[in-house]
Amino acid sequence: MNRYAFGYCMRQSFQSLSRNAWLALLTSGLIAISLVILGGFLLVTTNVNQFIRTLESNVEISVFLEEGVNAGEVENRIRTVEGVAEQTFVSKEEGLENFSRTMGDPTLLRDLEGENNPLPDLIRVRVTAPEQVAVVAEVVEAYPEVELVDYGEELVTRLMLITSRINALFLTLGVLIAFGAVFLIVNIIRLSAVARQEEVVVMKYMGASNGYIRFPFLMEGMVMGWTGTVIAVTVLGIMYSRLSSAFGQDSLILLFQPVTDMERLLPIFLGLMIMGTFMAGFGSLVSIRKYLRV
Amino acid sequence: MGRCSKPCISESMHNILKGYGIILVILILNFKKKGALNVIELNKVSMLYPGTKDPALEEMSLKLNSGEFLFLVGPSGAGKSTLINLLFREKLPTRGGIYFDNKDISAYKKEEILQHRRRIGMVFQDYKLIKQKTVFENVAFALEVLGYSPKEIRIKVPEALKKVGLSHKEKAFPKELSGGEQQRVGIARAIVKDPDLILADEPTGNLDRDNGLQLMELFEKINQEGTTVVIATHAWDLVDRMQKRVVALAGGKLERDEKGGYDHE
Repeated sequence: MNRYAFGYCMRQSFQSLSRNAWLALLTSGLIAISLVILGGFLLVTTNVNQFIRTLESNVEISVFLEEGVNAGEVENRIRTVEGVAEQTFVSKEEGLENFSRTMGDPTLLRDLEGENNPLPDLIRVRVTAPEQVAVVAEVVEAYPEVELVDYGEELVTRLMLITSRINALFLTLGVLIAFGAVFLIVNIIRLSAVARQEEVVVMKYMGASNGYIRFPFLMEGMVMGWTGTVIAVTVLGIMYSRLSSAFGQDSLILLFQPVTDMERLLPIFLGLMIMGTFMAGFGSLVSIRKYLRV
Repeated sequence: MGRCSKPCISESMHNILKGYGIILVILILNFKKKGALNVIELNKVSMLYPGTKDPALEEMSLKLNSGEFLFLVGPSGAGKSTLINLLFREKLPTRGGIYFDNKDISAYKKEEILQHRRRIGMVFQDYKLIKQKTVFENVAFALEVLGYSPKEIRIKVPEALKKVGLSHKEKAFPKELSGGEQQRVGIARAIVKDPDLILADEPTGNLDRDNGLQLMELFEKINQEGTTVVIATHAWDLVDRMQKRVVALAGGKLERDEKGGYDHE
């Protein structure tokens, strides 16, 4: 392709887009819809993952100490156990105070203060990953200074099961929706190419090389795809910022904090734009393939 | 001899320059001739479409010299369009060879096929104009595809449109033209790249008699300028009127090849 042919190809792409503006807009709109579905799903997945991580990070081991042992020494030993993220010492006095506060009336348990305090000293241990909980608990329980270890075994097991199931479900759905989006985009572009198959045949009869024929279609497909992604990202961005600010203000949902950091959102939006643009270009090439066999 | 002075020298110079001029013209003519098509030959060409019993063409042999005007006639299914498609190298024969200047076009590689098609101007029954393009753009398209410069296009397209009598319709879109005018645009598009060969498949099939006759006269004019013309047609009255070489096909076989009208009888 010489420089003139390249120039004609470019001009032809934009001329065709402007002359078939409605078809191009419709195509972009349909691409946008399929990308909003995929992008929406990805955003939901990201937020659900964040929620699960928040739940997981809140799982902690309560280590109840024997009466009169040196808590500092136990803390030092726990610190060396693999998988321990942080630990907090709660003395029996603090424990009682917290308990009173939970009951709603600080005077209610006044009789249990001092020597009558039945609560043991406590160390709250947080681990780096939920699957470490049982391992760390087993190690710590073996210490002679430790009376009892509690970490809500059943809750952790169920949480881990739910997490793995949600991950598998979201992965399957994600793959299906991504395939669906690719299929939709390729077929939407195919429709617009079918409308212009005669043009391809004429080009072929004029002696145009396959590259010359493909180039404007590729350009058009990518421009339509890109327009679709811009629409999709704008719609998703507006919807997401409104929804996340609504969730963020709701104090009832303490554990759920929507993902707002751009480090995690940007790859989704950029990924959508790149995928939409290239899939549309790919769709164009696939669509005209059979008309090139003249 | 001693008297030969300035006039003598200038005469010699003149003769030398004249000699160079002649050599230059010969070189140019040779250069032009080098790329031009001289002869097309079909040697026992048979064509059987997949899934069919009867061949579309059977043992067809034909020789066509540069600058000839040939009508391919015969009933539907006689093999006219198949022959056109084979010459364009859109299809390959099942048996036999098609030679353009002794080169078997079946053996052409991808780039050679493109070059081959670029030497041929195709004219279709349904015109095959691009609806979204103006008359000028439709004709220019044939040159753009071949990488002509904008300057060349600005010169060649109006020339081609002038030849077909459509200079005044440059900016019109195909839907604003009559059938005859649309076919003229199709012909302008075919001739704009100065092809060696024009292949027309039922070019008057969608036109009335008067328009058909005008188009045939146009093809004759193009032929007189040196382009080989092959027209597949049913239009017996036009063939009779033109009195050119007629190749009649029936059931894929060559039935008659001679100068004259549509019907031999």
